[in-house]
Amino acid sequence: MWDRISEKLKILSDAAKYDVSCASSGSKRKNENKGLGNSSGMGICHAYTEDGRCVSLLKILLTNHCIYDCAYCVSRRSNDVKRAAFTVQEVVDLTINFYRRNYIEGLFLSSGIFSNADFTMERLVRIAKKLRTEENFHGYIHLKAIPGASKELLNEAGLYADRLSVNIEMPTEQGLKLLAPDKKRDDMIHPMKHLKAAIEENRDEKKVLKRTPLFAPAGQSTQMVVGATAETDLNILSVADWFYKKMQLKRVYYSGYVPISNDSRLPMIGTPVPMIRENRLYQADWLMRFYGFERNEIVSIDYPLLDMDIDPKLAWALRNLHLFPIDINKADLAVIKRVPGIGVTSALKIVAARKFNNLNWEHLKKIGISINKAKYFITCSSKDFERKDYQPLQIKQFILNTGHSKYRPDFSPQISLF
Amino acid sequence: MKTIIYDGSFSGWLTVVFHVYEYKWTDVNILPVAKQQHSLFGDIHQVETDEAKADRVWHALKKKITNEYAMQLFQTFLSEEEHVENVLLQYVRYAFSSQQKITHNYSNSAVLYVSQTARKVHREKHRMEAFVRFQCLKDGLYYATIEPDYNVLPLIKKHFEERYADQRWMIYDVKRHYGLYYDLNSVDLISINFENTVAKNGKPSSEILNEGEVQYQLLWKDYFKSVTIAARKNIKLHVQHMPTRYWKYLIEKLPGR
Repeated sequence: MWDRISEKLKILSDAAKYDVSCASSGSKRKNENKGLGNSSGMGICHAYTEDGRCVSLLKILLTNHCIYDCAYCVSRRSNDVKRAAFTVQEVVDLTINFYRRNYIEGLFLSSGIFSNADFTMERLVRIAKKLRTEENFHGYIHLKAIPGASKELLNEAGLYADRLSVNIEMPTEQGLKLLAPDKKRDDMIHPMKHLKAAIEENRDEKKVLKRTPLFAPAGQSTQMVVGATAETDLNILSVADWFYKKMQLKRVYYSGYVPISNDSRLPMIGTPVPMIRENRLYQADWLMRFYGFERNEIVSIDYPLLDMDIDPKLAWALRNLHLFPIDINKADLAVIKRVPGIGVTSALKIVAARKFNNLNWEHLKKIGISINKAKYFITCSSKDFERKDYQPLQIKQFILNTGHSKYRPDFSPQISLF
Repeated sequence: MKTIIYDGSFSGWLTVVFHVYEYKWTDVNILPVAKQQHSLFGDIHQVETDEAKADRVWHALKKKITNEYAMQLFQTFLSEEEHVENVLLQYVRYAFSSQQKITHNYSNSAVLYVSQTARKVHREKHRMEAFVRFQCLKDGLYYATIEPDYNVLPLIKKHFEERYADQRWMIYDVKRHYGLYYDLNSVDLISINFENTVAKNGKPSSEILNEGEVQYQLLWKDYFKSVTIAARKNIKLHVQHMPTRYWKYLIEKLPGR
């Protein structure tokens, strides 16, 4: 019996690993009646894979049988791989036993589509329901919302899950048409819209009635595959920006395409995963969410691709040298956050500390900013600072020469389209 | 320079602070008794821990710098770093002597030290919440041993108490020789003498493991292996997040299968 479970686990976790989300944060679910589990709202990574990614949840497919044939997916119908399916009880047992040993924060359950959307969604919901109602489990549950599933099932899923997600898969409709001709973008947007409305409704009810049950308290997320098709960073970040602003998504994930197929529509097997590009996209995403940047300050029609050599904040600053240098002892927080080499935490510390005395390089270094980058963009109470009128390219070279990129040069750059 | 010896507890250190103010000592070096050198000579004072005095200092501190920052002092104390007692005293003196709220003055060396050290300790606490691996023993006890860089057991108690309310559990710090034990009602501090027990150095031998324990460990290892994406291998990042010194307590990093 253990051998069978082991084999299923290997197949169904292997198939699920390309879904990059592993967040377990953003949901407060209190332990009640001496049950099992408690979510404080802070995520925990219990382990890290050898590729450096966080392992927070038991991330598995219920089954990798699938009626679809999406070119970028390992579980596509035409792919010759071993197929398996968990029973409801097997998933419940694995989750509870891993959780009790402090291996995981909870469950991330996705699935290939067997027979139809409702049939699949119903199984996912049944597992979440069993964990919550029979096992008195208060850990984290992330369920996939299956495109095309009924409203009733989506609503029920929201009652048990902390987070629900629908993957948009490809940044543009054309990309989707090329690689997943059976799928329609509208089918994905539809459940997202429904969930957005349900989450908002629940929040409004909560204002009136304290005991309103939780409904997907950690919100929705989605994922796009990057580098499988020819979309620009402008395409990708515009979609992300739309999701954040119009759909109130908590997170958009960017998944650098890992070549898994000889399909001529896709990069060949052996093509390196576009990891630098993926990283730059996340940096841009952070700038939009935490640093007060608008999407068109990062990428636009004039510069549709992110710079691979330098981070997007530095790239923005070099395009806007006329705004610098700024005085670290006087500038607003919002302005300080825009300085290359200064993160949100350091910016807050600077604003707090300068009330006591004017800050100099020594202070700034101790606070933990990256002087090597920031020195071209700020002045402080020390007399010596970079007064020469450097050109953007010079500054870029200086920074590249003194810094050491964590990336080896052999990672694939973005395919240049122009 | 006066050398002050205390018992190494946080209450002990707070008592020292009380004495410093009571007797208006100016130039002091505070040492825990465990680090006292025999060759010490000169002006040595032994301070006995006094909970009432410690409480008074603690409340005064909380009032002066708020609970949140008093907690930072406690976290910094748990770092057990050399001379941490002296820096904390410097901080307290600065706080009490100032009319302003000084907790954000990162240009003061003691304030910056406390904020940075508290952060390190907090990170270790968070790590332990992540890296504890329970093994289920025959009697149903979920048991884990740890060896954290800092003395974080007092900080992780609440997290585990809230999370594992329906199972008996124990987390034992083998470096500091004490642990937390939850008996379904409350969490107590315990100390065990492992000599002549089935748990050599605190490690449980296979015959006292619960049925199914080994299988779940193997399943976890299977899982850990199969979620790795070979095309993205990045060992440097892996080790940065999971430093090798923790591996001996992490099931998934132990050899086998």
